[in-house]
Formats: sequence, structure tokens, C-alpha cells
Amino acid sequence: MNKIYFDNAATTRIREEVLREMVTNLADVYGNPSSVYKTGREARALLDKARVQVANILRADASEIFFTGSGTEADNWAIRGIAKSYKDKGNHIITSNIEHHAVLHTCEYLEKNGYEVTYLPVNSDGIVEIEDLKKAIRPETILITIMFANNEIGTIQPITEIGKVAKENGIIFHTDAVQAVGADEIDVNAMNIDLLALSAHKLHGPKGVGALYVRKGVKLEPFIHGGKQEAGKRAGTENVAGIAALGHAVELLQNEMQEKNEKVLNLRNMIIDELLEKIPYSRLNGSREHRLPGNINISFEFIEGESMLLLLDMKGIAASSGSACTSGSLDPSHVLLALGLSHEIAHGSLRISIGMYNTEEEAKILITELEAIVKRLREMSPLWNDFINKQ
Amino acid sequence: MYTEKVMDHFANPRNVGEIKGASGIGQVGNARCGDIMKVFLKIENNIIEDAKFQTFGCGAAVATSSIATELIIGKTIEDALKVTNKVVTEELDGLPPAKLHCSVLAEEALHAALWDYAEKNNITIAGLKKATECSHGCHEH
Repeated sequence: MNKIYFDNAATTRIREEVLREMVTNLADVYGNPSSVYKTGREARALLDKARVQVANILRADASEIFFTGSGTEADNWAIRGIAKSYKDKGNHIITSNIEHHAVLHTCEYLEKNGYEVTYLPVNSDGIVEIEDLKKAIRPETILITIMFANNEIGTIQPITEIGKVAKENGIIFHTDAVQAVGADEIDVNAMNIDLLALSAHKLHGPKGVGALYVRKGVKLEPFIHGGKQEAGKRAGTENVAGIAALGHAVELLQNEMQEKNEKVLNLRNMIIDELLEKIPYSRLNGSREHRLPGNINISFEFIEGESMLLLLDMKGIAASSGSACTSGSLDPSHVLLALGLSHEIAHGSLRISIGMYNTEEEAKILITELEAIVKRLREMSPLWNDFINKQ
Repeated sequence: MYTEKVMDHFANPRNVGEIKGASGIGQVGNARCGDIMKVFLKIENNIIEDAKFQTFGCGAAVATSSIATELIIGKTIEDALKVTNKVVTEELDGLPPAKLHCSVLAEEALHAALWDYAEKNNITIAGLKKATECSHGCHEH
């Protein structure tokens, strides 16, 4: 049985060396980082090191990195914290309609609490238009929160341009970079990013650790009240081994980023080209040019996504879909609908997200199996049979 | 999340296809909901001699179509009407709550095919109502 993992946008396999070090730290460095004695100081040193490692990949300063329990927590903290801290300045927030739910649902929560939110549309390539952003700005706009790269369709947003507009208008800019760290170059200063959320488990680190970058000088309310951890802004004894593992995973990734992304990109292009060529009535969703190296989101007409996933799973292949049936709701992905896709095409979408452990051999198996699966489901589909009979 | 029985009917669906010159054909659901079920019936002397289906939809939609056709073949029309969504779900050893509407779709597709048969033959079938498109409430969630 195959064990082929093509769902690296959902989560990634933890690196062997990161895992080994994490287990060692859990066992040996059990001290509380707030304690003065040796094992406490050792734990503190692990946090300090990780803070530098995370800061490096963002070109930030270590004092600007705050560890959290997840990327979602970092997004929540950034958006709710800025909304609260800058309440006197205004109550308007600008975001996009393809954000992760960590951002969208936080914005919806704020709407119920006296804030106004503009949800920018995206073009058919899945990219926010700068002109739309400029038009949405009001005197009371306090925050722009637009993701670095989309988790479903992998489109990379014009972050440098957004940062420039934000800076020119004196508006704080937060970006959810959970999918982008390690996949694209990030420089928080050159890009005028004020806050940035990231997550360890998307970078071959462990689950349960994230980080928020907060530019020096930006006011941000504490998120969890209690002890003095994370400069008194996020209380609770630190997840020392997890944080150290995040730092370790980030550093390893940074050292081999170019090589890894090239390999992943080659696999991506091979899979896209072959699937579009071999399977008629298929389309790539989202810009091919402004796209994460590891993301493929493709729709196969006349069939439904969950059925595809189940048949792939029977062949030992893990992937994901924007079909309603996989989300527990009955509407397909908000991201695919935002591109202007019909419900029918959105239901037939498949996300293949490639990571550094995937091989060319796995890609070939995926292509062969997928071709057979789409054929099989189409033969069963009344939509396909109606379409063929009309030809 | 699916029972073994659902996975069996999904992986090895019974009665996929169409019946040429079917006595009754019923199609319910729509692509917007993500599920479409089309049922073909061959009826002779009030007995369902054969049933086939085509389905666009998730694993549960395929499995419910498969088991519903299996359950009605060889039955009288009256007995086939007793194959309700509840029966279909029980026969599959249950469905996840979010997928229960698929079992309703199977019942409706069967009813729509019987309605078509009744109309074509100018008869009334006691207890049979006309199904409306997507009446299984896919947008009520």
C-alpha cells in the first residue's frame, strides 16, 4: 500500500532531527524559563535561541517575536489586539474575502462588537487588486489584514504594494503568513509588515506552536493575562520544547529554502501540466504565476471532491478538496466561490499540496491514479452522461 | 467517519448505469447542493425488475444510491415505497449527521422515478407525492 502525502498545506510531517531534539528537550530541559536556577536558565536559553531563529527568517528583531499556541491564535491576537489598542483612532478594518477562517471569523466577531469590516474581493486569478484596497481606505481605517499566500489556491498577494499603501496612509498592516514562511522570501521591513502570523506545523515543526511578529512601536493589547511570559503580553508557562522545535525547523528551512522550493516547484509544474493535458475539462484555480511553489488547486468538471478524496485514500494518497462535503457544511469553499467559480466546479476541486518529502515517483503515481479516478467518477455522474449524450 | 458498509457500497457500487427504455426515470438534487441522483426503473406487472443509478456527489450519496437500488429490485411498487431514508440509513449502519440529507435524496430519487412511471402509464400510486428539486433541504443547514 502506498503512503503518499500530498496535503502539506494542511500540515507537514515533523522533521526527524527536530523531533529528536524536541523529545530530548522535553525530557532534559524541564525547568521553568522563569526560574533562576540552572535548568530554568537552560529553558530560557532555548526560548531566546528560537526567538532569534524565527526573527531571522522574517528579517525582524528577536524582541519583535512573540510565541503563541498556533497560527490561529496569532491571527486572533493581532486583529483583536489592534482593534482594541487603536479604538480611539477608528473602527474600520480592511481584509479580503479569501482569508483563512482564523482571520475571517475574527473580523466577523469584531463586526458584532462595533467595528466595520470591508472584505475586498479578488480577481479571477485570486489576487487582491491594489486599486480596490486604496478605494476602501477611510479616515477611520486602523488595520489592513491580508494574507501573504492563500491556503487553498496558493495565490501570493501583492504584499509589498499593500505594505506601501498601508504605510502611506498610516494604517497598521497584518498578514497571515502561515502558508508563506519558508515558501517565499519575507522581509518585514522592506515589505512594511507590522504584524505577521506563522505556525510551526506547516514548516515540518510540531503542532501547537505559532508565533506573532509585532513591529517595535506598534501597540498591542495583551492576549492572555497572567504571568510575565512573552513580555507580559501572552501569559502561561511557555511550551519550551515546542518553541525550540519551531526555531530549529525554521532555521533548517531557511538554510535550504531555495533548493527545496525549486524541487517542489518542479514537481508542481509537472503535475499541473500532466493533469491538464491528460484529463479533459479540468482547470487550475488561481494564478499560476503568483503562486506558492507547492500548491495545486485543480477542478475536474462533472464530479465531486469528496468522492475523489475517498478513492485517492483507498490508493494510499492523501489530498484535500474545497467541496462542501469535506467541510461539514453544504457550501463549497468560500475561496473558490470568490474566484467566481460555479458551485459545481468548486465541488469538483482538489488541492494537492507538495512538500519537501514528496518525490517524482509519488507524483507519477498520483497522476496515474487520479486519471483513473476521474474517469470512474465521471462514468457514474449524471452530469457527465448528460454532457456526453448532448455531444 | 463512514461505516464499513458505506465504504463498501461507495467502493463497489451496485447497479451503476442506466436502463435503456426505462419504465420510469427520476432525477433529484442539483449541482449547487453538490449532490445529484438519477434513478432508472424497469417495472413489469407492478414489480421493480431492475434499477440503475447515476450519482454526482460525495461518498454517502453514492453509497445511498447503491443500497437503495439494491433494496428495491424484485419488490412490488408498494413495498419499494417502504424503502424510506430511515431504512436506507439503517441498512448502511448509519450515516454521519452532516450526510443524512443524502439518504433523503435516495428516497426522493426513487419516488421521482415512480412518479414518472405513474405519469407515463396514467396511473396513481397510493401515498406517492411529486418530489420537488432539491427538497431535501440542502440549504437549510
